[in-house]
Amino acid sequence: MTVGTPNSSKRLKRISYAKYGYLFSLPFILAYLIFSLYPTIYTAILGFTDCEGIGNTDWNILEGDVFANFKWVLQNELFKKTIKNTIVIWILNFIPQITMALILTAWFTSRRNELKGKGAFKVIFYMPNIITAASVAMLFFTLFQYPAGPVNDLLTRFNILDKPYNFHADTTASQLVVAFIQFLTWYGNTMIVLISGVLGISPDIFEAADIDGANGVQTFFKITIPNLKTVLLYTLVTSLVGGLNMFDIPQLYNQGGPDNSTRTSSVFIRDLAFSNEFLYNRAAAASMIIFLIIAACSAVLFYIMRDKDEAMRKKEIKAAKKASKLRGGMEW
Amino acid sequence: MVKNKYSKRGSSPLFLTVAYITCIILAIISLFPFVILIINSTRTSVEVQQNPVSLIPGTNLFKNLEFLDGKNNFDPLKGFTNSLIISVSSTILTIYFSTMTAFALVAYDWRLRKPFFTFIMAVLMIPAQVTGIGFFQFMYKIGLTNNYLALILPAIAAPTVVFFMRQYMIPALPMDILHSARIDGAGEFRIFNQIVLPMMKPAMATQAIFAFVTSWNNLFMPMILINDPEKNTMPMMVSLLRGDIYKTEFGAVYLGLFLTVLPVLVVYFLLSKHIIAGVALGGVKE
Repeated sequence: MTVGTPNSSKRLKRISYAKYGYLFSLPFILAYLIFSLYPTIYTAILGFTDCEGIGNTDWNILEGDVFANFKWVLQNELFKKTIKNTIVIWILNFIPQITMALILTAWFTSRRNELKGKGAFKVIFYMPNIITAASVAMLFFTLFQYPAGPVNDLLTRFNILDKPYNFHADTTASQLVVAFIQFLTWYGNTMIVLISGVLGISPDIFEAADIDGANGVQTFFKITIPNLKTVLLYTLVTSLVGGLNMFDIPQLYNQGGPDNSTRTSSVFIRDLAFSNEFLYNRAAAASMIIFLIIAACSAVLFYIMRDKDEAMRKKEIKAAKKASKLRGGMEW
Repeated sequence: MVKNKYSKRGSSPLFLTVAYITCIILAIISLFPFVILIINSTRTSVEVQQNPVSLIPGTNLFKNLEFLDGKNNFDPLKGFTNSLIISVSSTILTIYFSTMTAFALVAYDWRLRKPFFTFIMAVLMIPAQVTGIGFFQFMYKIGLTNNYLALILPAIAAPTVVFFMRQYMIPALPMDILHSARIDGAGEFRIFNQIVLPMMKPAMATQAIFAFVTSWNNLFMPMILINDPEKNTMPMMVSLLRGDIYKTEFGAVYLGLFLTVLPVLVVYFLLSKHIIAGVALGGVKE
């Protein structure tokens, strides 16, 4: 951790350009404040109001129990069920997805084993991601149709089943199908991002590992994964957020059924706010609760994935600063 | 399983066999939906019903197309135009402004740079759905419901894309080039447009695919903001195909679904060489 002269001279050169840093991030900041932050705060406030009814924009903060909407949501059995469904479907899809994506990344970036047709495979694996989620969901709905859908057709033709099975009426089957659609549409995307991460790792590190006689598995777990941390964290967080908000696939596959087994929290919120009763306030409260769940999960991820070495280094610097202050030594 | 494959030096036949078989199976699964869509959109309802999985195309394509003439609110051409306007505009905004924000984060030393990046990492986890209710109310108040601006303008602030661009820019953008450009008298804005943007092309292409697909496939936001059938987007029309009128018209439903995928397929193949080449993220290259 030496502060070399070229570095600091660069910094000096840059210093007068600081205002451009602000200038160039201004569009992002403005758009973010207007279209994301303000609506988020607005949603949070709506959770404490009596805002109901179609197109209603005239509302007051609840009198008496301001947390009434939150309490209603938290006590709602269907809401609890949707949270559970969302988590179950997310785990069912995410574990196979990240595993497959990591394996494919290892294969496609392996320096020892050149797979032929790598490019074509990459292009094909990403393809399911480009189909409108709504279309894939519809497609799978028709595939699993009862009694004469393609899946039933194949299963009975090869005598795996005696008679057609009504997959749409089976809660576990429906959850599995939704999870599978999620897997199919996202594993390619995750793979592409992970490969990008691996390509950014300095080839020297891999060469050094090679010279030291590390085998493929050792290289992957000891070099690739630790160097992939930032990108892996990005993948985990975005997939968590996406997964906990999945909407189109459950909505269109079986419209939340059967027995609400594929109703996710996003479907629940939309139904609450934009169909039948237009309960904006309760939907807003539900949104905030889900947001808190996502924030808590992300915080855990950030904590697990934090750069331990850097945290140590920071601690050491702090301690050193303290010590030097005690000694009344040099200012840092 | 995985372990054994790696412990061998050179391309071991066992590793290659397992890898190829896995890849081929995945490829078949991944292509399957496309094949079904294409084949079944050319077949009659009766054919589809009797034998839903087939590799032989039928002859009913134009009849199926006739059924999707827009009488029942399913108008592929209109949905296509609407979705294209939204997706192209938001993709351009997302890519341009995210690269610009990433440039601000990488090239300049400003006091709030670090907190700003931490902020972006933090807001990665705030999804649109969470802000949906407030967003709808806000748009309703300023009269932007049924207006595409409400779907396009938010694309300027895309935290995930900024993150990706920053990771790519750190190793890919040598500061020396900026210095020499400055010495030659180029302004900062010109440096960004004429030097930085061209250098970022591979990352921009990858992110453009992601952004276009996300926007094209977005169902939640258009569904709550738009209720004018004239302005329906493609995915909204797909959800109409679940309606009763189409219960028996399987061929037409498949054709409708295929039409929603077609434009994205074209964009994808135009940009797919960047997927093959891959872009390097993160670490420091020498």
